[in-house]
This record gives sequence, structure tokens and C-alpha cells, in this order.
Amino acid sequence: MSLRDYVTLRVGGQLFGVDAARVHDVFHPRGLTPVPLSRGEIAGVLNLRGRIVTAVCARRRLGLPPRPEGSPEPLAVGLEVHGDSYGLVIDSVDEVLKLDDEKFHAPPGNLPPRWAEIIVGVYQLEKELLIVLEPQTLLDAAHLKAA
Amino acid sequence: MTLLGRGVVYLLRLQATSKKTGTAVDDLIAEFLTETAESLEVVDAELVRFEANPSERKTLDNIFRLVHTVKGTCGFLGLSRLEAVAHAGETLLGRFRDGKLEVNADAVTLVLHSIDRIKVILAGLEGSGIEPEGDDHDLIAQLEAMAEGQAVDLSAVHAVEVPNRPIGSEIEPAELNLPAAAPTLKTGDIDPATGRALRPGEVSEADLEAAFAAAAGPEDEPKHLKAGDVDPATGRVLRPGEVSEAELEAAFAAAEAEVEAPATAPVVEAPKPAAPAPAPVAKKEAEPLPASMGGEDLAALNNTQSIRVSVDVLEGLMTLVSEMVLTRNQLLQISRNREDSAFATPLQRLSTLTGELQDSVMKTRMQPIGAAWKKLPRLVRDLSHELHKKIDLVMEGEATELDRQVLELIRDPLTHMVRNSADHGLETTEERIALGKPAVGTVKLAAFHEGGYIVIRISDNGKGLNTARIREKLVEKGLATRTELDTMSDQQVHRYIFAPGFSTAAKVTNLSGRGVGMDVVRTNIEQIGGQIDLNSIPGQGTTFTIKIPLTLAIVSALIVGAGGQKFAVPQTAVMELVRTGVTAEHKIERINEALVLRLRDKLLPLVQLGPTLQLEAAKTENPSFVMVIQVGERRYGLVVNDVLDTEEIVVKPLATVLRDVDVFSGATILGDGSVVLILDPNAMSERAGNMLEEKQAEENEGTVETTNDNRCAMLLFKAGSGAPKAVELEHITRLEHIEVSQIERMDGRAALQYRGKLMPILNVGDYNTLKDEGIQPLLVFTGEGYAMGLAVDEIVDVVEDRLQIELSADRPGVRGTAVVAGRACEIVDVDYYHLRGLAEHQRSPNSSGAGHSSSERAVA
Repeated sequence: MSLRDYVTLRVGGQLFGVDAARVHDVFHPRGLTPVPLSRGEIAGVLNLRGRIVTAVCARRRLGLPPRPEGSPEPLAVGLEVHGDSYGLVIDSVDEVLKLDDEKFHAPPGNLPPRWAEIIVGVYQLEKELLIVLEPQTLLDAAHLKAA
Repeated sequence: MTLLGRGVVYLLRLQATSKKTGTAVDDLIAEFLTETAESLEVVDAELVRFEANPSERKTLDNIFRLVHTVKGTCGFLGLSRLEAVAHAGETLLGRFRDGKLEVNADAVTLVLHSIDRIKVILAGLEGSGIEPEGDDHDLIAQLEAMAEGQAVDLSAVHAVEVPNRPIGSEIEPAELNLPAAAPTLKTGDIDPATGRALRPGEVSEADLEAAFAAAAGPEDEPKHLKAGDVDPATGRVLRPGEVSEAELEAAFAAAEAEVEAPATAPVVEAPKPAAPAPAPVAKKEAEPLPASMGGEDLAALNNTQSIRVSVDVLEGLMTLVSEMVLTRNQLLQISRNREDSAFATPLQRLSTLTGELQDSVMKTRMQPIGAAWKKLPRLVRDLSHELHKKIDLVMEGEATELDRQVLELIRDPLTHMVRNSADHGLETTEERIALGKPAVGTVKLAAFHEGGYIVIRISDNGKGLNTARIREKLVEKGLATRTELDTMSDQQVHRYIFAPGFSTAAKVTNLSGRGVGMDVVRTNIEQIGGQIDLNSIPGQGTTFTIKIPLTLAIVSALIVGAGGQKFAVPQTAVMELVRTGVTAEHKIERINEALVLRLRDKLLPLVQLGPTLQLEAAKTENPSFVMVIQVGERRYGLVVNDVLDTEEIVVKPLATVLRDVDVFSGATILGDGSVVLILDPNAMSERAGNMLEEKQAEENEGTVETTNDNRCAMLLFKAGSGAPKAVELEHITRLEHIEVSQIERMDGRAALQYRGKLMPILNVGDYNTLKDEGIQPLLVFTGEGYAMGLAVDEIVDVVEDRLQIELSADRPGVRGTAVVAGRACEIVDVDYYHLRGLAEHQRSPNSSGAGHSSSERAVA
């Protein structure tokens, strides 16, 4: 049995997981500078302890409706792709789960294309499904362009 | 370093370290690669020099020594393939030295081929750590045949494609001095390395050694060693390539002497001219040292002039200093807001020190541009042979320094452009003679500093660009329509050679036209914040001018506001700042969709920052500043809402997902911790230009074929019903937009107080084109001592077109009808209106008076 740590997070009510080894930090995306003429998924750039981080909105990336008014302040998960620092803006972070590789399933075939390419698999938790995201395809320029 | 000196140091270190780890050997090979690559570059350049001037003994000696060194080192490292090629090359060179063989172009080409072969093998070695498989017999046979004085068919040896990437370390030596000392070794000590019978014309190892010793460098070292000092320690028969203890010692001493010699090792910073090592010191150092001490220790002991630093360390240092500058800026900002701060003085000191540190670190990254030019003499020589053109390469300002990173980035574009100049720019020798030009064409490279930039010029004295051919090509490739082309000056047309997908090479030669066009060159240069432009004079040649910032890391920037957001604009692009707005002297005006600013009697096209970036908040803003921006020879005004500050900013690249937003070249963190995007003035003007062009393209549907003669700039305007009117722009002094209320009317006539005089305002033809309210557009014409205004309904556009009046006029004030920019227009007879204007002046009672009283206004 091999266990793997996942940071679990919520976007639009759905539970997602990202390989904990890939997550650098979790922070509040504050002081965002919007980038004019950029794609809709880009929330802006911000200064995270002297590094310039590009914030990507998970809701927009997944094609979900915008956060309703009055929701709590969003969080961001710090990820690194191709040497660039990104912050994936999400609704909230739940906990770190240790999950067994054997319970990992390939994603079902009927996902919308926007989702299919960024999901590596699904864990069947007791209460709900945990969708595992792949930061690489989630934030990669080529995939963003195609989306 | 000499053969034995270098070889033995390698060997010693090999012996000392190979037992411990396998990587030690790799390290040695890596070092060997770096140094050999450097030597080979020098050989390339020297050979070209030698060919031009075969009588120069020193050059040949130097080449000989370098090749010899390569060969020797290869032998020690067990690189047999390299050694064989180098040996054959050296043999041939030896024949030149002895004067037994005439130097000719074929021979030099052959030697260059063998250098290329060595480079290919080195590249393979670098990739895999072992010599790549391959057969060099063809080349060696040719070299040997040449050495024997036989005729050689060069085509039998296929030239190899040398990898473009420099082999070995990324650091280029600031200056490669010649290896200094040659040991005066007894040749009998060494075993013949080849161990086979000599072929005719071949030279024995011993002979080569002797020749080599004779070709001692400029600084002949005193003999340090007596042969008797060292006993043969091993007492066994030496294997080929192995050396005796005695020689190790001797070479060791030589190696030390080499360490004393200035700048044999590549250096990061250009060394100050070092005094030659004083002889006594050299002698003392030459005492045999414990063998456990490697060459590196020696270098550490003796060489204080320069050291080899890995690029990673430098880059790391640079990043740290950049961060430090940012933190300093933040601290300064905080301190500025607190007057009582006891930190102020130490902070000021810290700030100064940080600045100095930054300068010093920047300096370590500076390298002379000559490092990027080293390969060019060889390139031009090969081109000269292949194209059968006589080409002279002139290089000026090689010592001009610029950032290492920038240097790496312009190396390929420069090579490409020199190749282009030689291939496409210069005529063949026959053509040149026929044209009465000097038979030898010149390609000139010049570099110099200008402000925070380095300017590089690549010029040829060839035929210049073929403007007609470019125009044809543009239409053919759909890059521009004929109408567009007709409005363009030759210079604008020439600039299209930088457009993607453009290549006029009628004949794709082996050398250029490999699908890498000038657009790639331009992209490369613009990526590093540089600009490229060209100037071509038919029959006299073409000059490309490249302007590149000295460093990419830190730039001085203006922080501006637009659309509720802050942006940084590199200060180097900003020529001046102009305040505009309702109350200001300079007002923003409109010609159709385009905004312009009158600046010292010139119209400056404007680009609005906020709207161009599609910022919502910009719609309600009232822009108050125009930044006059110069990009190449283009000049435009960037309209911003506010200019907030100037700041030294550290440029950080944007994440990959943002690279397609081309108007930003990066981002930075300001003193207050916020992130601002850095505008790319070049991309900005292009984007704005595209937006305008798109608009115009929509309007200009249905284009008309025109030719180039009789072209003139014309102003299109509307006045009354009927066809649009046009008038040659040269007749018009000014365009004015006047509040109707300012126009004074007196019994059917209208006039305006204009520059202290009363200027009559005329209607166009029989129409009443004077408005009753709002803004009245006026065309102002001036004659001797008077001015008049022509009231029009709307100024439509300024176009450049051929003026050919096709229908004659049927009424006064109209010269006829012509097709202008695809539309039939009435051409205004300016003389007619001048006469009417003069008549008005004479009728007007106050026409000569300056400064009209307010009472007259009351009449109106």
C-alpha cells in the first residue's frame, strides 16, 4: 500500500485535490494587479514575498460561475510550472489527506473537455468524490490557450 | 599553455583524482573542451589573417602552437580521433612553417576543414563524454597529400556542419592572450607517440616538438630545469603517450610559468594590463613543488589577476543584488514617509552601498562585444570563397562592453546579418568592377555606447535594397496592398524585410535563406528591449542599426497611471513629457479616428494607453499627459492619465501564460510592494497601429491600382454635398478647429481673429459650409502677409496618392476630378481661393490692423 498526500480544496462546492508535494504555499491573493489583454483565466499578478506570482482563477479555468457576492475571501495555492510561480485561486482549503494509490481511478470518460485534460483521476472518498488536478496542464500556456 | 605543461597538469590531476570518482575525468574533459573551444576560435581567426598575409610569421607560429597544444592534450586524454586529425593538420602547418609549401586558399580551406572536424568531434565529446564514432581518413588523407605537395581535390572532403552553439563554458574569455611560454625540452625524452613508420611528408613527433620549441611564444622563459635534477622514478618502459617523471617536473614548471603569464585563463572581467611576471619570481616558483598540489591550487596561489567563475554563481549574485535593490527601494519609501526616523542616515549609506554593489556586480557581467564577433572573420572568408566575391570585413569597437546575457542573445542575429550583408548586400566582384566600384566589397561592423545603449551598425557598400522587388513581393505575399504601399516611403517599404514571412532571396544559397529571416532577427532583438532599423541607398549599400540596452536586469522607468492602474514605461524610450488637457497649451486633436498632438509645428500621432489596453475605467478619464516615445525612427505620443514617479526597477519576466500579451515586456515590484507591468513601447505602437490599420482596411475596401509617379500628400475633406474634396497638403499651412462663436460675421462675410490679424473665412464653392454652432474645421492657407481660412464640413483623412486629374472642371474653384485613395474627389483650385482671400482682405476695412479691439467683436 503506498500512500500519497493531497491538499484538498474546494472550488464551487466541488472537492479537488492537488499532490501536496507540488504545493509550495497557501496564501490570500491580495494586491492583485490585473493584466490587461490577458486571457480571462488570469486573475492578475501579485507580490508574494518578493516573487511575482501569476494568479489563475480556478473557477474561470474550470468554466464555473464566478464567486457569489459575500463569499469569504478566496485563497490561493502556490504552484510552480516550468519555473514560473503561479497561484491557483480557489474558494477554500480543506485539509491534507493521505490516500492510498490503489483507490485511485482514472477519470470517467464523460467529462467536458475543459475538465478532462486537467484531471488525472478520482478518489472515491466515503462522502464524496475527490478530483485530482494536474497543475501542469492546469496552468500550462498551451493548455490554457486551447481552453 | 604549452603542450607538456597542459598535458601534464591534466595527467597529474587525472592520476590524483581518477581513483576517487569517475566525475573527475569528466571535469577534466569539460575543462579541456572549454579551453580547446577557445583555442579553436582563435585558430579560426588567425588562419583567416594568415591567409590574407602569408608572410606574417608570427601568425603562423601562433596557429601552429595552438594546434599543437590541442593535439598534445588529446593525446594525454586518450582522445585518439582528435589527436589524429590535429596531428595531420599540424603536419601540414609544419610544412608551411618550413617554407616547403606555398600557402594558398585551398590549403587554408583544408586546415579550416580539419578545425571544423575537430569542433564536431568536440561537440560529440561534450554531449556523450566519449569521442563520437566517425571516419576521418578522407580528411587526413587530403591533409597528408597536401603536405606532400600533391594537388588536392577539396570536394573530396565534405565540409561538416559545425554546431552553432559555442562548445564548452558559456563564458567567453574577455581576451585570449597567446600562450606564453614554451619549454625547451629535450626531444629525445619522449617516445614517438604514433609508433608507426612515417609516411613521406609526414613529420615525426620529435620533429614537431622541435619545431614547436622553435616557435616559442613572445615571452621566452628561461630554462628552469636541468635534466639531471630528476631521476627517472619509474624505471620502466614508457607507454606511448606516457611521459617520464622528468618531463612531468619540467612540464610542471612550465605550467607554473604559464600561471604567471597574464590572462591565459579566460577571465570574466577584462584584466588590467598586467606587468610581465618578474623573472626572479618565476624562477622561485619553478622549484619543484609537491606533486599533490594540483594546477588549481597553483592557480589559486599565483593568479590574482583573474579567476574563472561559473555563470551560475554570477547569475545568482545578480539576482540577489536585484532583490537587494528592491528591498532598498522599499526601505527608502518607508523612510520618506517618516521624518523623524533615526534610520535615515544609515539607510542613505546603505542605499549608496547597494548602488555601488549593484554596479560592481553588473560589471562582472560585462564583456566586450568582440567576443560575439570572433567567428565572423572565418564566416566571411568562407562566404567570400563560396560566393566568389572579394569581401573585406572591418570591425570597429570590439572592446565595447555589454552584459553577458545580452551578448549571448545577439550573437546569432549578428552572425545572420553579416551573412546576409555579404550574401545579398554585396555584388559579385565582376558586377562591382562593371559598376566602377572597388572590386573588394566591404562589410563593416561597428559598436559604440550611446546613453544606456550599445549601438551596433552592420553596413555594406553593396547594391542597397531593391525597393521595387520588395514592393512586388509584399503584394505577392499579401503582406500589404498596393494602396497601402503607395502611401509608403521607400524607408517604410524597406522595413517590411523585418516582417514575418518575408524573404526576397531569389536564389536560396547554401549560406543564407535557410528560413531564418530578418523577422527572427528583429524578434530576437526586440525581445531584449532592443530596436533595429535600416537605411538603404541604392547603389551605395545598406546599413542596419541595432540599439540594445546595456543590461536587461535593471532599468530606469516612469510610473504612469491609466485606466485606474499603474504601469512602468522604460525611460530610455521616452523623449519628453507634454502636459495636455483643456487648460494646457497643447491640445489633443482628432483627424477622423486618429488622435494627434501638435508639437512644435509637427503632428504627433497619439496612442491612448487606457483604451488600447481595453481598460474600462479609461473611458471616464481625462488624460493629461502625452509621453513622446521614440521607437526606431517611429515617434508617437502615448496618452496617459497621470505620471506618478520615476523609479529604478528590476525587470522580472512574466510567466509563460502571459507571454502572448506582447505589450508587456515584464513586471516589477515597486517600492510600495505593488506589482506593476512594464510596457513595451515598441509592441504598444504596433498594437495601436494594427488597430488603426484594421479600421482603415474596413474603409478602404475596393482598392485601386495606381503607380508611383507624381505621388503627393493630399488632404481629403468634405464640404457641401457632392464628391469629397481634396487639396494638396503642401498648400495648407494649418488645420484649425475653431469655436463657431469666435467667428465674426459682417454683412455676409466671415472672419476670425487669428494670430493677431483678421483672417477672412471662405466657403467652399457655392455651398455655405460655415457652421452655425459647435466646432468649425478650417483649412488655413497663407500667402505673403495674409492668411485665409477655408471652412469645411469635415476633415476626412490625409493620404498619399498619385494626383492625376481626369475630368476637367466645370466651375470656378475646382481644378477637376481625380481618383484619390480609391475615391473620386474634386481637386480644389487653391489659387482661386487665394485670389478670393486677397480680395476679401482688400475689402475688409481693418485687414491690416493688428490686434483687433473688442468693439469689433461686439459688432459680430
